[in-house]
Amino acid sequence: MNDETSRFPDTTRRRLLRGMALGSAAAGLGLWREPVWALATPNQSGVLAGKDFDLSIGRTPVNITGRAASAITVNGSLPGPILRWREGDEVTLRVRNTLAETSAIHWHGILLPANMDGVPGLSFHGIEPGGDYLYRFRVRQSGTYWYHSHSSLQEQAGVYGALIVDPLEPEPFAFDRDYVVMLSDWTDMDPHRLFARLKKRSDYDNLYKRTVGDFLRDAREDGITAAVADRKAWGAMRMSPTDLADVNGNTYTYLANGRRADDDWTGLFTPGERVRLRFVNGAAMTFFDVRIPGLKLTVVAADGQNIQPVEVDEFRIAPAETFDVIVQPERDEAHVVFAQAMDRSGHARITLAPRMGMRAPSPALDKRALLTMDDMGHGSHAMSTAEMSCGANMDHSKMSMPMSTPMQAHPASETGNPFVDMQTMSPTPRLDDPGIGLRDNGRRVLRYADLHSLQVPDDDREPSREIELHLTGHMERFVWGFDGIKFSDAEPVRLKYGERVRFTLVNDTMMEHPVHLHGMWSDLEDADGKFLVRKHSVSIPPGTKRSFRVTADALGRWAFHCHMLMHMEAGMMREVRVEE
Amino acid sequence: MRGALAIGLLLCMQSAFAQDHSQHAMPPSSPTTTDEHAQHREHTTGDDAPGDYRSPVLTDADRAAAFPDLHGHDMSAHMDDDPFVWMVMADRFEWQQGDAVAWEGTAWFGHDRGRLWLRSEGERERNHGTEANIEALWGEPVNAWWDVLAGVRHDISNERLGHHGQDWLAIGVQGLAPYKFEVQATVYIGEGGQSMLQAEVEYELLLTNKLILQPRIEATALGRNDAVRGIGSGLGEVDAGLRLRYEVRREVAPYIGIERAVRFGKTADFARAPGDDAHETRWVAGVRFWF
Repeated sequence: MNDETSRFPDTTRRRLLRGMALGSAAAGLGLWREPVWALATPNQSGVLAGKDFDLSIGRTPVNITGRAASAITVNGSLPGPILRWREGDEVTLRVRNTLAETSAIHWHGILLPANMDGVPGLSFHGIEPGGDYLYRFRVRQSGTYWYHSHSSLQEQAGVYGALIVDPLEPEPFAFDRDYVVMLSDWTDMDPHRLFARLKKRSDYDNLYKRTVGDFLRDAREDGITAAVADRKAWGAMRMSPTDLADVNGNTYTYLANGRRADDDWTGLFTPGERVRLRFVNGAAMTFFDVRIPGLKLTVVAADGQNIQPVEVDEFRIAPAETFDVIVQPERDEAHVVFAQAMDRSGHARITLAPRMGMRAPSPALDKRALLTMDDMGHGSHAMSTAEMSCGANMDHSKMSMPMSTPMQAHPASETGNPFVDMQTMSPTPRLDDPGIGLRDNGRRVLRYADLHSLQVPDDDREPSREIELHLTGHMERFVWGFDGIKFSDAEPVRLKYGERVRFTLVNDTMMEHPVHLHGMWSDLEDADGKFLVRKHSVSIPPGTKRSFRVTADALGRWAFHCHMLMHMEAGMMREVRVEE
Repeated sequence: MRGALAIGLLLCMQSAFAQDHSQHAMPPSSPTTTDEHAQHREHTTGDDAPGDYRSPVLTDADRAAAFPDLHGHDMSAHMDDDPFVWMVMADRFEWQQGDAVAWEGTAWFGHDRGRLWLRSEGERERNHGTEANIEALWGEPVNAWWDVLAGVRHDISNERLGHHGQDWLAIGVQGLAPYKFEVQATVYIGEGGQSMLQAEVEYELLLTNKLILQPRIEATALGRNDAVRGIGSGLGEVDAGLRLRYEVRREVAPYIGIERAVRFGKTADFARAPGDDAHETRWVAGVRFWF
């Protein structure tokens, strides 16, 4: 594209962008909305559209695994109904709680006043048993989002659903069909029992640890010296390179639109049509790797924000993220939308087909990956001697690092901390890394570096200060936190209303954490500090350090946490308090 | 109608991409500091200077909505990041060759920063009656891998061997040593100035993820001879065991194994006196379980 001729004059462009952001009433709505209401196909969960909604949270008997179990649902469905709002509208949602415990609904990624955010204990007092709460706010954005309970572990039990906000301005891409693909993980277990089990035996689900047989194979393939050195390195850290998921397919049944893989949901298309798939990861603890064999995926939005379209074969979606993807199946045949768990312990799927009853086979699960020392920001050279303990008391000064990346400093609160089992040494942003298990798989995999927002943040100020927080945890004790401090022991992060700050997150654990800031956007930066994409949930893989900018223009008390539900419950959360 | 729509969309798409192009789509190879500055200058030629962003002016309604009355609630009522948790585990619960029953169990109750530990170890044998102890200790984590525990131990009386129960004060450590050795070491101070050290190391070798070989070694040393209990001063006894278990599920694992007891010095003499061997090897079969 020719830059000189296609560029808007700056003034016009900026006005247009702000106009979109503020949602000025634009004409021509009827025109573009006409073709695309394919959401209400036979199988799709109910769609509730409009300005006024009545929602009810309650217990619902379900049978997902072949055994009777009890879910907590919104309006009796799992996932909850798809809510369809329109940018600029004032929406009213009366949420009734029929449970015997307090409940709450949080509108994930939606900008709203703090008392509408739905985090009991921060934004309001929660919805008492038998009580209700009236949420009312003006919708100032558009795109694909979701909602879920923010009370206790109810999200795991079924309180989640998709949220679509139709824009006032036409969207910069065309499509003929529009489907939500809500990915999630289900267990018949009471989520509190699952949490307690993690405290007792955090590796309960890790049935993929390396065995004596694996050692013999490695010794044969890589040589005995290398195999021993590798086992020594991991043994010295008292960790396992197979720890990719705390809870996996051993416990979970993976769902897409509330359906198991063997009973999958079908979305219809006519060959040649452009199908928009709105992927939402509503799972409590599962990263999914999604692809549609035989089709290219054009990613057009991330976390509800339109991006420069990027064509890929596959993408990883962290819990709480959303991606809008357009596909164009040309032939009269079925396709499987295949979503395998990051640790390859299972998958969810839906079918896209020209007619009901058609089905395409699922591909085999990919090979399970092993974490490497590089994955954790340790560098393979240093670890090959296996002399470092990787503990919280590690003396960095005594080690020679043959790397150019500077040694990462760590907060003093991590030193000697019983709830910090490792520290990364030389983390980098690694935005161009497809992620563990997706490297060099022969497919073009979406990376954060591929995400470029179409919309420039209104606030182009340089951040006036940087807040560095380290994601920390102890796998065995199953305690998680920031800087070695869990939520209940931590002071709020205080922001001044109107300031622009840079959050830098350093992952000092061996797990990936999708970090979600309520109430405000997280403007992800690239490695050079340039704006990349606007998100509500930024995933931080082990061994990485990633930065995003935040404009503190939302007064109040906001949750800031890892969206792995059990990590949040175990303390990986902070209050971010924006004050005048 | 549709055609017009498509054209409209296309135009819109183009313009949107164009915007983006001027803002972000720098080829990865080309961004230099000059380019970066150029982009910034470009911003300044617009209607606003960079850094002029102002957050909306707040009203009293905004303030009220931002800090609502929580009716006395705080987060603790809705999220418990330090719940009360408990666990009961029988690491060994077994029949031993020679018609003996032996066990080693642990239970803990509490929170992340402190737990009450109950531990018990013992065996019941036809000729010797029951040799058993129970401990109650308070344990706190001191660093990433180690807990320190302190409490009391009671050895139950044994009529057949003719000794009464004995009480000890106990202080010890337990944790995971490098290379994932599970270690437990406790010093006991008993009545009449008797002292004892017990240390135990376990390891888990995964033949498969369900078939697990567990070597275990336990050593006992005493400060003074104890003729009644048949233990001499210094290193008295070392028990080494090898158990092969199959985890039917994580919580339940039947096993078979072999255990060898080696007695040293005075302890060996005490053992020989009634005609027993100083060393003993026994087959064992049992079940490991927890809940």
